[in-house]
Amino acid sequence: MKRYLVVMSHPPHGSIHVQEQLDVILTMAAFDRSVSLLFLDEGIFQLLRGQSAEQYDHKETLAIFDALALYDVNDLWVEAESLIEKGLVSGQLTLPVKTIARVRVSQFMSGFDVILGG
Amino acid sequence: MKFAVQINGSPYAGPAGEMAYQFVVAALSAGHTILQIFFYFDGIYHGLAAQMPPGDERQFTHRWHQLALQNNIDLVICISAAQRRGLMSLEESKRQNRADQDLAPGFRISGLGQLVEATINADRFIVFPGS
Repeated sequence: MKRYLVVMSHPPHGSIHVQEQLDVILTMAAFDRSVSLLFLDEGIFQLLRGQSAEQYDHKETLAIFDALALYDVNDLWVEAESLIEKGLVSGQLTLPVKTIARVRVSQFMSGFDVILGG
Repeated sequence: MKFAVQINGSPYAGPAGEMAYQFVVAALSAGHTILQIFFYFDGIYHGLAAQMPPGDERQFTHRWHQLALQNNIDLVICISAAQRRGLMSLEESKRQNRADQDLAPGFRISGLGQLVEATINADRFIVFPGS
């Protein structure tokens, strides 16, 4: 079966992007696809614990991430340099993640059959 | 080779539409097959029926329609992204008690399952990102 990687690089509440990307991920999970996620650049804020979109009347995407494990989406990766650049450590994220060095990302991606991003 | 394409950028806010069009034309002329073009995020604006740019400008919607007709390409607009942005097929607008027919000829509206199916059936999947 094909392996899927979704690259998450958008900040959580600047647009509808993350919510619509999550719809794709949930659809893939509903089709029993094997899905991994890679968070990088501003995308790492998607998992930051303690965020709230309530004052913007925006959907709480963090709650959807918390539910992904129910759909067997639990292979989550964060680019190490992105964490450092944003001044974060992985302990501040809401879900357990594996970190990967930027220099290894290209090789990591080559292990997947389908990559979605953008 | 069989390709599936996803377009995430609106026609006038970035290069996604033009790059995707050039890619699809090149792939077809090299003998490849385009199974499906899936329009998502602001890419759904490619399928807006009433777009009437001046005659000496690119006619995105018309170009997709012609390309799809000549090469039997499935042009799919995501229903949830379309409804969010106010693009409705005649069928959907009737259900909402409206009279809109926003969907351009050659396009159809369907769900994200179509995107997943296309990635399963295609040899290659190419995304043209928005902003």
